[in-house]
Amino acid sequence: MSIIEQAYLWLNDPLNWTNPGGVLDRLGEHLVLSAAAVALGCLVAWPIGLWLGHTGRGGGLVVLVANVTLAVPTLALLTILPLTFLGFGKPSVIVALAVFAVPPLLANAYTGVRQADPEARDAARGMGLSGMQVLRRVELPLAVPYLAAGFRTATVQVVATAALASFVNGGGLGQIIRAGFGLDIAAGGGQILAGGLLVAGLAVLVEVVLALVERIVTPRPLRAARRGASRRAADAVTGG
Amino acid sequence: MSFRLSYRADPGNPWFSWQYVRDNSDTILAALRDHASLTARAVLIAALIAVPLAVAAYWFRPLAGPILAVTGVFYTIPSLALFAFIAPYLGIGAVTVLSVVVLYALLVIVRNSVAGLTQVPPEVREAAEGMGYGRWARLFRIDLPLALPGIITGLRLATVSTVALVTVGVVVGRGGLGQLIFGGFQNNFFKAQIMTGTVLCVLLALVLDLILAGIGRLLTPWLARRAS
Repeated sequence: MSIIEQAYLWLNDPLNWTNPGGVLDRLGEHLVLSAAAVALGCLVAWPIGLWLGHTGRGGGLVVLVANVTLAVPTLALLTILPLTFLGFGKPSVIVALAVFAVPPLLANAYTGVRQADPEARDAARGMGLSGMQVLRRVELPLAVPYLAAGFRTATVQVVATAALASFVNGGGLGQIIRAGFGLDIAAGGGQILAGGLLVAGLAVLVEVVLALVERIVTPRPLRAARRGASRRAADAVTGG
Repeated sequence: MSFRLSYRADPGNPWFSWQYVRDNSDTILAALRDHASLTARAVLIAALIAVPLAVAAYWFRPLAGPILAVTGVFYTIPSLALFAFIAPYLGIGAVTVLSVVVLYALLVIVRNSVAGLTQVPPEVREAAEGMGYGRWARLFRIDLPLALPGIITGLRLATVSTVALVTVGVVVGRGGLGQLIFGGFQNNFFKAQIMTGTVLCVLLALVLDLILAGIGRLLTPWLARRAS
């Protein structure tokens, strides 16, 4: 029996889905971990990014954060954080994942505010708006396409990285793959492949859904600029 | 005997320990060497595939979309899933790790190389054509040298992310320094071992990045001259 057939059989066994620790349980864990990590990332990165963009300072800091997190292995954070005050379990995994959500969110918030039309900003100031009001009423709405692009990049990345939580028994769909490797390739090949399909499928699904969301939250006149936004944002993250 | 044990100071579980590094220097160096060689091989293979792909995308514009799309799809697939797809076929070992890491590095190098190639000024291209350069001569003497900054940027980013990614190879038992990190976690949460692996990982990324940046400067002396 080929490995693909084994994977097909594994996925077709209802018990593999409904058992404790089955696909449905793991999917739930995966989504909870990812959602919490993205929420935490947004809470930290957006205010800082918007403020840095508003003041026009700290561009170097944004790039630095992106570069440093690129070099730190996910595995290291996942193993180090449980041994700190965060303790074992969900909190440390969520913080570890959130760290990797911060760079795209931060870079996009920063770029989003920076690219706001300076004339619109000047006009708002001329109308007597204070700095905070300019940020809230002019720069923030204009930055929405960028925020959405950053949210999408960050979420897809977190959903992908959450699979690694299985290394520290943090739960999530990666757990299925790890268990398959634990069985040895010959016996667990089907399960490994099935787990891989589930993890990859979830990542692609999230990507597609968020692309739609991004389109919906972007006002029509800004849609033309949107493509450019996500590309520039991606460049900002990778430093290109 | 228990008498003596009870009087010994509690060794504790510090984050940093020279004692550990000294006592296990062989294991640590082996892991570091494995990690460095996996990274170097992966980036080299990725570059050998990616740069020709970028040139193809540059010469034949209709190919640019598909090439970037296909490499982009690999980038979206989570690393652990990619391991899961490849390991059942290639088995446990370095080949699997290399394949996964190369697939990830491809997108970064291709995209930056294409960006570098498209930034070659059209006047320069036309001047080269007017001087009678053929397609290949123009590629090697004009286009690629001028695209070097972009290519080097791609290589640097690919190298740094590859160093981090190789650690995921612990899932097939060949994670280089990841082996150290994960081993420390399983070994009663031995903090010093985890920290040593992590610090070496970040340092390796930094050193390789600096080396590539230095090579880039040597290869593009005209940029340094322009800056000064």
